[in-house]
Amino acid sequence: MSDAPAAKELTETVRPESLGTITDDGPRSARQTRRPKSRIMKSKTREAIAAYVFLIPWILGMILLTLGPMLYSLYLSFTQYDLLSDPRWVGLQNYTRMFTADPRYLKSVAVTLVYVAISVPLLLIVSMLLALLLNRNMKFLTGYRALFYLPSLMGASVAIAALWRLVFGAQGLVNQALAIFGIEHGSWVGNPDDALTTIITLTLWVFGSTMIIFLAGLRQIPKELHEAATMDGAGAIRRFISVTIPLMTPLIFFNTLMGTIHAFQSFTGAYVVSGGTGGPADSTLFYTLYLYQRGFAQLDMGYASAMAWVLLAVLAAFSAFFFWTARFWVHYGDER
Amino acid sequence: MTTTTPTRPAARTIYPTKKVTNPVLTAVIRHALIICFLVIMLYPVIWMVAASFKPENEIFNGLGLFASRFTLENYASGWSAGSLNFSRYFMNSFLVTVLSIAGNLVACSITAYAFARLEFPFKKFLFALLLGTMLLPSQVTMVPQYILFNQLEWINTYLPLVVPHWFGVDAFFIFLMVQFIRTLPRELDESARIDGCGHFRIFSRIILPLAMPAIGTTAMFTFINTWNDFLGPLLYLNRTELWTVPLGLSAFLDATSESAFGPLFAMSVLSLAPIVGFFIVSQRLLLEGVATTGLK
Repeated sequence: MSDAPAAKELTETVRPESLGTITDDGPRSARQTRRPKSRIMKSKTREAIAAYVFLIPWILGMILLTLGPMLYSLYLSFTQYDLLSDPRWVGLQNYTRMFTADPRYLKSVAVTLVYVAISVPLLLIVSMLLALLLNRNMKFLTGYRALFYLPSLMGASVAIAALWRLVFGAQGLVNQALAIFGIEHGSWVGNPDDALTTIITLTLWVFGSTMIIFLAGLRQIPKELHEAATMDGAGAIRRFISVTIPLMTPLIFFNTLMGTIHAFQSFTGAYVVSGGTGGPADSTLFYTLYLYQRGFAQLDMGYASAMAWVLLAVLAAFSAFFFWTARFWVHYGDER
Repeated sequence: MTTTTPTRPAARTIYPTKKVTNPVLTAVIRHALIICFLVIMLYPVIWMVAASFKPENEIFNGLGLFASRFTLENYASGWSAGSLNFSRYFMNSFLVTVLSIAGNLVACSITAYAFARLEFPFKKFLFALLLGTMLLPSQVTMVPQYILFNQLEWINTYLPLVVPHWFGVDAFFIFLMVQFIRTLPRELDESARIDGCGHFRIFSRIILPLAMPAIGTTAMFTFINTWNDFLGPLLYLNRTELWTVPLGLSAFLDATSESAFGPLFAMSVLSLAPIVGFFIVSQRLLLEGVATTGLK
């Protein structure tokens, strides 16, 4: 597929340059008929042309697979479309139906918001605590780091989601562990009150990448700052609040932003744990799962597009707001 | 920093570290805490691995890892369970993954080179666009892309899963490589240019070899993402002979009754094995990538 652009680059970029080489050799370059042309062509122009040749695949992808589809999806969101007949313009009907006539949609919004509001802060706290615990020069550090990261590799897989469904099942590991302490509990996955908890624990289990980003940040805090604070009589907690946290705010900002965007889009866990239904009683009906059901199970593609645009609007608004708040609480180093 | 009077606190905190702490003891406590946490965290996976080697009727016999006998029959029966055909799924997953990795490496590296090293009109705008797509929820393009690939009659082929990678849709990896290439000394390009190298040769002979860590990270993360990808195959692959491993597992899970989880566990373990294997080989590289760019 990309052989064509690659070959094009070869011909377009290498040839003028090799001409340039020969030019330096003096008389031999007289053979080259295109020499004067390449000299006239400014190196700036040549650089720009080369750049756009390098960018051909990406620009094509941008237009054909991202921007074009986005616009088409915006158009579809004002239509009724089932893939078989032509889209039929319905104005704002999809959007009004969402908020006035579709209780399952509102349920999916509620489930997703609860999920994001609980899982993201917990994820940050757990990651930070473990990063602090690991922030020492100690034996086996790389080994520990690797093991903590392991779930991040597997967390998005069907295998782990399937395991979770069994671990939180009626006779799963969790209930067997609770039984040791004399606690009786029914199936977590099968109970509407507990099913979401199952998926939140799955999200928390995948804290490794967030933790590693925090750990990298902690390691860059100059020791002198902590020493100075200690000399001033600050205890460990005081030092954490007044030295560590302010210096970590750029990473906290980053992890919160990415974690939130990620959480809004989470799909596989809910799909596999609930068997694709979002059940029991729609308690794990994540926004993206409902979007999938609407668009691809019921072929209601106009409605699904409208849902996607609402999600985009919410995420954009959240990101903009969050970036705006950054000026009040995110401290960058002196160099910025 | 100090808000108190200069005399008294100074006297109080000259030897602040004199607190009674035994370094060996704190180290032991720290290691114990970490190991406890690790065991609890990884126990479900360890248990699953152990369960995959247990006889069928002993799997749900408690929390323990060991059964009366060690058996491979779960692997044998899972590999060819009913209508499912895992050797096929593994082949398919492997094919999709390799083609996706190749696409990502080519498309992302050339795009990153242009952004990191070359000057061209609208560069700022295009780079902003690139960063913008990193935050774009994929659901917005999911429906129209499906319609597009449906029109192209690409449903039930691997093209919808592979081709986008050849067009650099993974902005994250482009960004990662841009950041990395920017750290390489520019003098190298300059001297190569003086020696008469064109942009393509500077890219292929100088930047590419030096950017191997970023390329390795990209390859690794693309491997993990593609291998685990569930939604893409779920949308585009309906015919069972085309399925990838996640689809096979999902169907297996739905078809499995409450008492026959051994083969499912066995196949789950096999599906995770390549990822874990790759990770063991490349963990240092991978973790550096996470720490410096914030990849998930």
